[in-house]
Amino acid sequence: MWRLLKREIMVMWRATGVIFNPLMFLFLAVMLFAVGAPPSTGGGSAVASYGGAILWILVLLTNLLSLDGLFRRDYDNGMIEQMATAPQPLFMLLLMRISAHWIAVGLLLTLLSPLLGVLLGVSVNALVVVFLTLLIGTPALSFLGATGAALTVSFARSGALLGLLILPLYLPTLIFGATAIHDQVNGVDNPAALYWLAVVSILAIGLGPFACAMGLRISLEMQ
Amino acid sequence: MPEAIALRGLVCQRAGRDLFAPLDLRVEAGSLVELRGANGSGKSTLLRTLNGVHQQYRGQFTIDPCLFQGHRLGLDELLSPLENLRFAAALHDRQLDEDGAFAALERFGVVRYGLTRMADLSAGQQRRVAMARWYLAALPVWLLDEPFTALDADGQALLTQLMVEHCATGGVIVCATHMPVPIEAKTLLSLAMVA
Amino acid sequence: MGLKTFWHKLGSPRWFYGIANPWRVGFGLAAALLLSVGLVWALVYAPPDYQQGNAFRIFYIHVPSAMIAQSIYIGMGVAGLVLFVWRMKLADVAIAACLPVGMTMTALALFSGGVWGKPTWGTWWEWDGRTVSTLVLLFLYIGIYALRQAIMDPELRGKASALLAIVGTINIPIIKYSVDWWATLHQPATFTLTEKPAMPPEMYLPALVMALGLYSFVGYVILQRMQGLVLEREARTSWVRELAG
Repeated sequence: MWRLLKREIMVMWRATGVIFNPLMFLFLAVMLFAVGAPPSTGGGSAVASYGGAILWILVLLTNLLSLDGLFRRDYDNGMIEQMATAPQPLFMLLLMRISAHWIAVGLLLTLLSPLLGVLLGVSVNALVVVFLTLLIGTPALSFLGATGAALTVSFARSGALLGLLILPLYLPTLIFGATAIHDQVNGVDNPAALYWLAVVSILAIGLGPFACAMGLRISLEMQ
Repeated sequence: MPEAIALRGLVCQRAGRDLFAPLDLRVEAGSLVELRGANGSGKSTLLRTLNGVHQQYRGQFTIDPCLFQGHRLGLDELLSPLENLRFAAALHDRQLDEDGAFAALERFGVVRYGLTRMADLSAGQQRRVAMARWYLAALPVWLLDEPFTALDADGQALLTQLMVEHCATGGVIVCATHMPVPIEAKTLLSLAMVA
Repeated sequence: MGLKTFWHKLGSPRWFYGIANPWRVGFGLAAALLLSVGLVWALVYAPPDYQQGNAFRIFYIHVPSAMIAQSIYIGMGVAGLVLFVWRMKLADVAIAACLPVGMTMTALALFSGGVWGKPTWGTWWEWDGRTVSTLVLLFLYIGIYALRQAIMDPELRGKASALLAIVGTINIPIIKYSVDWWATLHQPATFTLTEKPAMPPEMYLPALVMALGLYSFVGYVILQRMQGLVLEREARTSWVRELAG
């Protein structure tokens, strides 16, 4: 298993752009927000949690953008076909693949979130929560999104469709993430949002690979 | 000895339509089946069905553990041939024997590219790496879709030799092709289009 | 007839087509009866709300349509499961038949909510919890619709939309829960008009009749669509040709 995860990460590392581009996209998006809708334009108590919430939404969208490439190359070069018919169970291989995606996108963006948070005017004590919610919540994004990526991989241009399929499912993750930040900023001690975020992530990790495997088998039949 | 492949009234379907008339066939160990048929007659779909990827069919079939080679080679262009072979072994939960892998790459004339990225190899060279993958897979049944594509004369000779060898050691090959396989002992299976 | 035989027979489109006839007629009659009784009762005889007056009466269409919108989606999820587990082709017919009906009901719930909201809250649109979950439901429907549009092969179209419906159905309770949670956070609970515990029977009984009537109507429409789709898909078989004469 470890060998497979290592291979997935190695491939992500070699594929120019898989890791770098989402990162740059996020930086640019943060800049656009900071310029186009600076935190000072919000009103009242919204200001304090504004930056954290914006950052969450941008991470979510960055994740969505990166999902289109999750299976596309391997679908085109026949690797998915080999994986689907290998003795190793497909959901296990996908668990590794999606974990690698999370490490390359979700985890990396999480690690950079304090820096981006500062750019968006997030207060220092809120930075910790932003970091924590992203750390707990981004696996849900990768694992929920993988099924959508699997179902749309056979279409040449699937970006908008992928968003349509996946964004409604992202809503709970965003709500729990943003709420935890909101509570922290407003001094409410309410760990429930974090727990719920963890529940969503665990459910996504547990069920996602199976749904994703089913989606890939359907897409393989379209070749 | 039980047959390696048995088809009983197998008909592949696409979008709810039959692709060819029902097939009944038993393939014994050590035989080569050449799959013939016009474009669109369902050769690739039959191979994909036997491989378990295509699930729209009527009838039944049984097949021994098999290796599939479609138009897409199943090799990652960002990995080197050696890394690809390593991953292929991992998919079958095996550790790659590196010496054996180099020997195989040597045999198919691509050992000097063993550590370069697949993307830098020509189409024919990539096909040769694929041959090394089959050779190392140690699976009884090979399902090959147009295996002679993109190979030069030398490569075609190597492939023919490999196929003869595989059948001689009790393996089975089902090969879809437009050009006749240059091997005498073979079974022809023609896919008749349904009107 | 045992449940098991019934299940097996459902696999036969021809058998379904026959058995659906009486059910469809039954649903149609029930819908006509219940809806005419319910509408007159709700619009004429039910007392006006002491705060909202007659604007309250939109409740009689809004709440049933919202309930049905959700039921149909969950029904599609169940049909999706049936398609995967038993490979029953009728399940895809059911999904295809439910999709536009469910979408219409969701849109109706959103629209009637706006019409109700204007005189009551003074706005056509309010981002309250129920509005958001209904809107998400609409997008879940649209997602399945868009995916179906993109896939040519009918068999795979069925499988893909079944998978999506299952995934959506698993997510619906989480979405609902999170949105309710979000709503209580962002606004004090002032808009719980429909949850007033002490609604008198002369107000909620017509709502019940309307809900049953709308359910029957939807059952009628879905069965009719399913029959039509079965005929279309089986057009080349002898029994359909016989039927067509």
